[in-house]
Amino acid sequence: MSPVIRIEAVSKRYGAVAAVDDISLDIRENEFLALLGASGCGKTTLLRLMAGFEQPDRGRVLIGGEDMTLSAPYARPVNMMFQSYALFPHMTVAGNVAFGLKQDNISGDVLKARVNEALLAVELDRLGDRRPDQLSGGQRQRVALARCLAKRPRVLLLDEPMAALDKHLRERTQLELMALRKRLGITFVLVTHDQGEAMAMADRVAIMESGRILQIGAPRDLYERPASQRVARFFGDMNIWPVTAGATPGTLFVADLGLEARVASGSFLNGGPLTGAVALRPERIAISRTTESETGQGVQGTVAEVVFLGTASTYFVKVPAGGTVRVVVQNSDATSVFAQGDSVHLSWSATALTAIEP
Amino acid sequence: MIARGTSAGSGRRLVLAALWLWTAIVFFLPFALVLKISFAEAQLSVPPYSALFERVDGVVVGLKATLANYGLLATDALYFKAYVGSLGIALIATTITLILGYPMAYAIARAPSPRREVLLILVMLPFWTSFLVRIYAWIGLLRPSGVINTALQAMGLIDAPLVLLNTQGAVYLGIVYAYLPFMVLPLYARLEKLDPALLEAAADLGAKPWRTFLSVTLPLSHPGILAGCLLVFIPAVGEFVIPELLGGPDTLMIGKVLWNEFFSNRDWPMSAAATVVLLATLIAPVMLFQSLRMRAEARP
Repeated sequence: MSPVIRIEAVSKRYGAVAAVDDISLDIRENEFLALLGASGCGKTTLLRLMAGFEQPDRGRVLIGGEDMTLSAPYARPVNMMFQSYALFPHMTVAGNVAFGLKQDNISGDVLKARVNEALLAVELDRLGDRRPDQLSGGQRQRVALARCLAKRPRVLLLDEPMAALDKHLRERTQLELMALRKRLGITFVLVTHDQGEAMAMADRVAIMESGRILQIGAPRDLYERPASQRVARFFGDMNIWPVTAGATPGTLFVADLGLEARVASGSFLNGGPLTGAVALRPERIAISRTTESETGQGVQGTVAEVVFLGTASTYFVKVPAGGTVRVVVQNSDATSVFAQGDSVHLSWSATALTAIEP
Repeated sequence: MIARGTSAGSGRRLVLAALWLWTAIVFFLPFALVLKISFAEAQLSVPPYSALFERVDGVVVGLKATLANYGLLATDALYFKAYVGSLGIALIATTITLILGYPMAYAIARAPSPRREVLLILVMLPFWTSFLVRIYAWIGLLRPSGVINTALQAMGLIDAPLVLLNTQGAVYLGIVYAYLPFMVLPLYARLEKLDPALLEAAADLGAKPWRTFLSVTLPLSHPGILAGCLLVFIPAVGEFVIPELLGGPDTLMIGKVLWNEFFSNRDWPMSAAATVVLLATLIAPVMLFQSLRMRAEARP
C-alpha cells in the first residue's frame, strides 16, 4: 500500500538553524505515528510542513501520492489540531465545527448532521450553543478535535494535544483518542515531547533530535533495542556502559562490571572497530541473595541505595569492578525486599543486553 | 482581607473621583454655560446675551428663557444643510480612512518586530508638528502655483493648473490625512492581539485567504473598527480648520457655521443652540458604540 504521506529528503532552515535536516519518512495508511523529541528538535516544523504552514527549502511532501509540497493548507486533505486549540472565540462550539464544512460548501441538513455527528463523537452534542470561553480546557480540546474530525481528513495532525491537560485528563484523553481512531480509521500523526504518551498511543515512534530522525520503529523495539545512547536516554534510566572487544570472539568486555558479556543484537557487531556501549534495562535484571540461573549472565554486588517508588523500588547496586547497576524491582512480594548494605546477586538473560552506538 | 478590599475600593474611588472632577471642570461646567446661553437672547452688551434670570436687588424674581434660537435652527434651512453636510462629509471621510487605515494597521501588526516599531512611530510622527501647520502645508501643495501643479506642469502632463485647493476633495483629503492615525492605532492594537494560530486554523479547515479574512480577522477586529471610526467621525463632524482652509465656498459644515455665528455675527445664543444640537447628534453614535461594545464584552 502506498504511504498516505511521503516526506522526501525534506530540509527546512530558519537562518543558520536546520529545523528539519534531510528527513525522509513514509506514513502508512491508518497508522498512528508519533514524532517524539525535546523542544526545538524539529518535530513541530515537520508537522507544519505536512499541514502546509511551512514550505520546505528542499525535498518534496506527497499526500495521497500527490505532490503537495507547495500546496496551501486549505488545499490539503489533512487537518491539524493546534496545541492552543485555536478555537474561533466569536463562534459557538457548533459554529466552530461547522466552519470547516462550510468551506466545502456543505449546508442545510447535511451540515447540521455532520456537525452533530462530530460533536457526538467527542460527547459534546449538548454544548453546541456554548462559546469556547464557557468551556473547560478538556472540553475545548474536544471541540478542536471535533472540528478536525468533521472534515473527515485523511490524516489528523496533532500538535502536543495533551500538553495543556492535567495528568488524569490526559490519560483519559489518550484512551479516547485511541478508541476514536480505531472507530474512524484515520491516520494520526502526533507531535509530543512525552515519551510515555508516544509509547502508549503510537504504532510507530520517530525519535527526533536536531532536525533528524534518530530512530523510527514500534515502541517496544525502540524500548528494547535502542540504536544509540541518545535514543536509549529517551526511554527512562537505562544502564549504559562503555565496552571494548572481549577476549573471546563474539563477546564484549564491560569494564564497569568486570565482565565479558555476550550481546544479543547491535548494529556495530558486524565487524569494524569495537568502540561502543551496551545498554541494559533496569527492570530486566533479576536480583536475589543467592547465585542462581546459570543460563544467564550476572554479577555480585552490594546494595548502595534504595529508592521506594510505591509499585516498584529502584536499587543502586555497587559491583566490585567499580560500576553501579540500576535495578528496578516490582514490589509484588516480600521476598524481593533488600536493604542498604545487603550483598546481592544480579542476573539477566543474554538477550537483555543490547549493544548501542556511542 | 476586608481591610485590603476597603483600601483598594477607596483607591479606585479616588481615581474615579479625579476623572469625574476633570470631566466636570472641562465638560459639564462649560456645557452648562453653553446650554444656559442657548436659551438667552442676543443683545449688544458684554457679554453679548441677555441674562437668564431676572434679578431685583440680587433676588431672582423670574426666568427669562427663550426657545427662539432652537426654533430658528429648525426652520432655517442653512443650519439643517450644514448639519447634513457635516455628517455626510464626516461619514465619507471616515469610510475612506477605514479603507486606507485597515490595511495599514494589518501590515504593521504583521510586521516583524524591529520594523513594526518603526512603522508605528512613522504613523505617530505627524503629531510632532502642529495640526494647523500641517494643514497649511497642504495649501502649499494644492494651490494653483503649489508643488503638485508645478510638478505636473513641469512634466508636461497638464497645461493649466488644476483646481485642487478650496474644493470638496481637498476637505476629504485633509480630514483623511489628519485623522488617519486615529484609525490606524486602535485597529493596530486589536489586530496585533489576533492569534496567528486562528488564521492558520481557518486555512487548515479549508478557508481561502479571503474567506479567512471575512470570517475570522474582520469579526475579531470589530471593536477596533468601531473605536477607530468613532475617533475619526466625531471630531470630523465638528471640524472647522480643515473646511475653512482647504474647503471651497460650497463646503457647508456646521463647524464653520458655528464660527461665523460666534465671531462674525456675535450671536452667542444662536451659536450655543447650534452647539447643543450638534452634541445631541453626536451622542447618538457614541451611545450606539457603547452598547455595541457592551454587548460584545458581555457576550461570553
